[in-house]
This record gives sequence, structure tokens and C-alpha cells, in this order.
Amino acid sequence: MSQGLRSTVLHLMPICVLLVLCFVLPAYHRDNFARILVLATYAMGYNMLFGYTGLLSLGHALFFGAGMYGMGLAVLHGGLPAAPAFLAGVATAAVVSLVIAALALRTVGVAFMIVTLMFAQAGYLLVLYFGSWTRGDEGFVIARDMRNIGGFDLTDPVTRYLAALALFSVVLLTIARMVHGAFGHVLVGIRENEARARMLGYDVRAHKLAAAVVSGTIAGAAGAAYGLLFGYVGATFISVQYSIYPLLWVILGGAGTTLGPLIGTFFMFYLIDWSSGLTSAYMLVAGMVLVLLVLFARTGILGEIRKRWVPWLP
Amino acid sequence: MGPMASIVLETRNLTRVFGGLTAVDHVDFALPKGQIHALIGPNGAGKSTFVGMVAGRIPRTRGEVWFEGEDVTELPAHRRIRRGMAYTFQITAIFSRLTLFDNVALALRTRTPRKVLAALDIVGLADRARQISGDLSYGHQRLLEIAMGVAQAPRLLILDEPTQGLAESEVEDFNALIRRLSVDTTILLIEHNMPVVMALADAITVLETGRVLASGAPAQIQADPLVQEAYLGIA
Amino acid sequence: MDFGPHLLLATFEGAVGAAVLALTALGLSLVFGVMRVVNVAHGEFFMLGAVAAWFAASHLGGHPAIGFVAALIVAPIFAALIAILVDSLVLKRVDYDPEATIVATIGILYIIQQATLMTYGPEARPVAPPFSHRIALPWLEFTENGIEFYYPWGLSVTTYKVFVIAAAASILLAFRLFLSRSRMGLVMQATRIDRETAQAFGIPVGRVYSIVFGVGAGLAALAAVLIVPIQQAHYLMGGDPLLLSFIVVIIGGLGSIRGTVMAALLIGMSDGIISVFFSPTLAKIIATVLVAMVLVHRPQGLYGKKPA
Repeated sequence: MSQGLRSTVLHLMPICVLLVLCFVLPAYHRDNFARILVLATYAMGYNMLFGYTGLLSLGHALFFGAGMYGMGLAVLHGGLPAAPAFLAGVATAAVVSLVIAALALRTVGVAFMIVTLMFAQAGYLLVLYFGSWTRGDEGFVIARDMRNIGGFDLTDPVTRYLAALALFSVVLLTIARMVHGAFGHVLVGIRENEARARMLGYDVRAHKLAAAVVSGTIAGAAGAAYGLLFGYVGATFISVQYSIYPLLWVILGGAGTTLGPLIGTFFMFYLIDWSSGLTSAYMLVAGMVLVLLVLFARTGILGEIRKRWVPWLP
Repeated sequence: MGPMASIVLETRNLTRVFGGLTAVDHVDFALPKGQIHALIGPNGAGKSTFVGMVAGRIPRTRGEVWFEGEDVTELPAHRRIRRGMAYTFQITAIFSRLTLFDNVALALRTRTPRKVLAALDIVGLADRARQISGDLSYGHQRLLEIAMGVAQAPRLLILDEPTQGLAESEVEDFNALIRRLSVDTTILLIEHNMPVVMALADAITVLETGRVLASGAPAQIQADPLVQEAYLGIA
Repeated sequence: MDFGPHLLLATFEGAVGAAVLALTALGLSLVFGVMRVVNVAHGEFFMLGAVAAWFAASHLGGHPAIGFVAALIVAPIFAALIAILVDSLVLKRVDYDPEATIVATIGILYIIQQATLMTYGPEARPVAPPFSHRIALPWLEFTENGIEFYYPWGLSVTTYKVFVIAAAASILLAFRLFLSRSRMGLVMQATRIDRETAQAFGIPVGRVYSIVFGVGAGLAALAAVLIVPIQQAHYLMGGDPLLLSFIVVIIGGLGSIRGTVMAALLIGMSDGIISVFFSPTLAKIIATVLVAMVLVHRPQGLYGKKPA
């Protein structure tokens, strides 16, 4: 099997399985899976920058939130229908990620992490500060009758699941293509040895900026979709916790693997779902998983599989 | 073609000051097309800093760099590389967690297997294309690095101590490779290994404490009493 | 209240905040300076100090001062022991890799915070100050009769708050003496300046790191004990001190006590004053964006020197 064919099969398979699951899963789990698909899209965006380019951001909630609020405010104040509002969210995230990345990429390593954290915190506080427009901490609900695209009612559980799957599939296939293409290989080169990549004639800064904007825009698309599909926009989604989540999902599933984000999001979602049934301190689990991963399995689930058994895993 | 057109690389007054130390001190240098030019000098003479400034990897303090008749002083490193320079690091700098194939493909800017394997074949590593490059022996890593430099089909190839860590037989292959390349590539070589320098170089420049001590044909340099005293005498 | 007295009050409140912030940030700066790692869980050691103070105060009967004095001793030791445990179980094992340490301490942050939620609970609990008297402050006014003093309504401070400022100042001075005079302090300094050389001279760097991490956490806990009679103990209270300490450390430079104190004064006072006149949220937005911009324009990073 050629590399391209193998990759296509590898990525189409989970999409088909997820499509079947829509009609097989019990309602509760189907709704969970719809959320997982959107959050995994967010994680895939994060993975673009962290896994492939080697830049650890602690502020991606800002881009997720930019998409969500860009969409939500367009509906709330602009009265825009769902489809253009979604695009407004994506565009907002693209602009925000361009500006923030252009600034933050002047730093490296630990400083990059702190700067992204600080900008995201400033964004979170801005949403609170302009509470009269954003409804601050409480957030706001997207009215049910606004939540449909081209006649498809996004409040219907099956339609919602399929919409989430569609977004997930588009992003997954785009990323899979990119990883096999020139752009993806250059990003990996930059991650592995930035000085060498530069001395092969690659514009490292431009590539990092492009990766950050693609990453932030995908995160924003996920944010806009999350608000639209589940009908709620709130400041929690820009809080530090939502910057830590994608890091956790990606490390767990395997940074720099195409399917790692989905696997990480799936396991963490159910782990937290299960533990929040036991205790209100459900984030304890997230903390423990982070520490254990850093100590024992830095490459995550798919990373370990790739290392041990399947070296060609993209 | 006038005489100026045949100068591939020229530096004027090129200077680098680190803190209070002048590592490279007003170096005027001209490299004619097709030449193999060796840069020698004791440790700390400023050789690596000089070629670093030529390639744009190290910012200059003063002076100019001209490449193929154009002022490239203000260009960032990657733009100079795209104009036809290639640079290999003194300390092996490969993508050590990637395969040899991926390493060379990045240098070639294509993933066409035939071309990648051909580039690897130049240094005799084609049969190891799928290995992770970090697993190679040190000598093979140096060869891979040279292959990456060559793969870019540069018009100016800058090699910073390429034979360091190579075995005797590998050095001979290296010499042969450089001679073959020099047909259409100009080569600037930092080298400690005097037999290699004498075997390859059309011209030699001796740097000492950041200044040009002497410059000329190998025989001339060898005979220069200043050089003998400062450098060759020690060696 | 008029603007003048109001500003005086805001300045005083700012000074209380700055005093506590200086101690907290000093802990972060010390860890950062000696160990070259960012401890994202630093705010949680602060929180542990406050919670430990509540436990001490509520389980020791009698005068509030007894509990307070007990807390001053117990809370820092408790936080330091947990920190040393974290250091040996986690940080040593990731070999203080800067990025891995950040990710690991994010995990530690959640573990400490959520474990506190499970044991101590979600309530905010007050701790009685050991003493608290109101001191009315005079203000002057220009009238036809010349300058007159009067006591504006509401312009008063408590003796406890004055004590907090004095106590923080004394601890800072004592710590400075500890660093410059004591053997342990000098060993820490040596390790900060050059780890390899320190190791070559037989300094047990591993043990120094554990102690530094413990002392850093202890300082945060101590700061929390001082503030908890003014601000209640709560399991989520670690976020703000962490953010503000980051800001202070970035502005003030590393390892320098004077820089940390000056930056803490600047940040604490302006935070206090902007919070009184505008909004605490706005104060934080301004501070965070400013600091992010400082970092952006020092691309060499937090602890890098500008290349020559």
C-alpha cells in the first residue's frame, strides 16, 4: 500500500466508525460524542502548533473563545443567522490568532508559554470587564430558533452529531493532508531543529506564524461550533482551564499524531465524566493524568504505539 | 564577463564585536567563482564567526556581505540560503529524530524518492534512507550533513570543519567529493586538518585574532614566515 | 470622602497588598532563579498556607493570637514539606526540564487545589486577626485660618494591617540576611550563579534544589498566613497571587530581592490604587497586557541576558 493510500484509509476508517456510532449509540453517549468531536477538533488545532511545530501555548482558550464569542455576539447583537455567524467566529479567531502570534512569537520556550497565558488571561478578563455586552461570567444562550443552518436544525441530537462529525472530518482530513505535504514536513523540521531548518533556507518565523494562525483558526472554528451546537456562550471557555484541556488531550493521545487528539479527548472526557459523578473535585483526575503523563509517557498513547509497533503512523 | 562578475562572495570591513572582544576585525575578503578556499587559523581566530556572518546566522556589528554582485548584508539567513548559499554547521546539526530520507528531502525541497536517494547516494548513504539519522555513527552523521549541503545545489557551499570525526578512508572520499563538486560550486571551507587543506584548497586565508594574517596560494602560505610562526609552527 | 483622603486610603490598602505580594513573589523568584524552572503551582502553596492557618486557628481555642502564632510556624512548614515531596516525586524525575516542569506543575496545581476542595471544602472561611484596632487618620485642609487637621469619616486603618506591612518588611530583611550571611543562603546563591561550578565544589545541588523549592513554597504560605485575617481562606484563592507573582518576577528580574520588592511595590500599589478608583478587573487587564508586552520585547526570555 502506498503511503498516501494507507493514510487515507487510516483517516477515513475512524470517520466511518463515528458515522455508524451516531445511529448505534444510546442518546446519552451520542450527545457526549458530539461534544467530544467538537472538542477533539479544538485539540487538533492545538496539536498543529504544539505537536507538529513544537510550540507549547498556554493560551489557546483565547482562540477557542474568540471563535465562540465572535459567533455568539454576531447572533446576540448582530442578529446574524447561524452560518454567517459561524464564519464571523472563525474570522475573529483568525484575526486574534494572527495578532497574538505575531507578538508572542518574538519569544521562545518558557517565555512563549507565559506570554500566551497572559494574553489569554487578559482576553478572559476583557470578557468579564465588558459584561454589559458579553453577559460576563453568566454568559448567554443562543436561541433555539437561531441554531439552524440551511434548514438543518442543530438542536436535533442526530443533526447536531452529524454537524460535529462534519467539522471534525474536514479538519482531520485537512490536517492529514498537510502533514504529508511540504508545509507539514517543514513544521516538523522546525520542531526538531530550528537552526538547521533556517540554514536550509526556510523562513522559520513565517512558518511558525502560519502554523499558529491555522492552529488558532481551527480552535476558533471549534469554539464557534461548540457555542452553536450546544447553545451556550460563556466566559468559562476562555478561562485557563480551557487552555490546559487541549494540552492535556493532546499529550494524552499523542502529540504530533493526527488521531492522537481524538483519542486523548475521548479518554479524558469520559474520565472526567466518570469522576465528576463521584466528586465535585473532578479536576483532580486531570491533574493526576498530567503528572503521570509527564513522568511516564510523554509521547502519549499513539506516540507509544508509534514508538513500539507502528513507526509509519502519521 | 568582467573580473568583478566572477567574484561569488565578497566581504568589506566585516566586523563582529562580542561584548569587549572583537571576534572578527574588519575582514575584507573576496572569493572567485569555482575556487576551493580554505579558512584556517588557531581556535578562537574568528573563522566560525566569519562564515556565520557570511551566511547571516550571526548578526554583524559592521561591514558588508556581497553575494554574486549583490549586497545581501540586510538579508536574513534563510533568504541568503535561497539565493544559493549552503551552510553546514561545525557541530553536527541534523534532524536527529527524523529519517535520513526526511533530512535530505527537507534540504532538497522535494520528496521525490529518486531525487532523495540520488542525493544520499553521493555520500554513500542511500541504503540507510529509512533509518533514524540520530542512530547513525558520528562519521555518517557528518556525511549526511554534507549530503544536505550538497543537495541544495548551492553556488556557494560553506563547510565548517567537515572532516572532523571522519575516518581516514572517509576523508579521502570527502576530498574526492569536494573536487567533483568544485566544478560548478564555489567552496569556502574551515578546516583544521592540514593535509585536507593542502590537498583541496586553491587558496588559503589565515585568520588570527579576527584579522587576516595572510592570504594566497597554498605554497605561498606554507612559505610565509608569519603564518609559520603563528599557526603552522604550532600545528 | 474627598479625593485626597480616598487616595491615601487606597495607597495604604495597596501597601498591604504589596507587602504580601513581595513575600509571595520572592518565593517564586527564588525557585526560578536557583532552579531555572517556573512553578505554576506556586499559588497553591499560598492557598495551602491560608487553609493551614484556618485549621490552626480553628483547632486551637483561646485567644486568636495563639492560633495565629501557631499558623505562622505550622503553615510554612506544612507547605514546604508538600513542596519537597513534589520536588522529589516529580520535578527531580523530569530532571527540571523547563517545559516538562511547567506541564507537571499545572498538574500539581490541580491536584493540590482539588484535594483541598475534597478535604477543606468549597467554603470561604474567615480567620480572626490576633488583634485589630482602628486608627483614624487625620487629613489636612486649607481654610481661611490656614492649615487645619481633621479626621474624615472612613479614613482609618487597622493595627493589624499596619502589622502586616511591618511583618512582611521584617521577613524580607531577615531573608536577605539569610541569603547573604548564612551558609545555606550562600550555597543557594552559588547554585543560582553557576550550577556546574557549585556541583564541582561539592555542593549537593539536588538537596539544595529541594530546600529551595520548600523555602519558596514556605514564603508563599507565610504571606498567606499574614493576609488570611483580611481575606478569607478559599480553595481557589491561589490564582491571583500566582498571576501577580509572575508579573512581579518578570518586571523585577530574577533572584534579586531588591528588584522583587521594588516590582512588588509598584505592582501591588498600582493594583490597589487602580482597583479602588476603577475596577479590579481593569487593573488586572492592564497589568497582564503590560507584562506580556515586556516579555515580548525581551525575546531572550525570562532569565536570559541580552546578547552582547
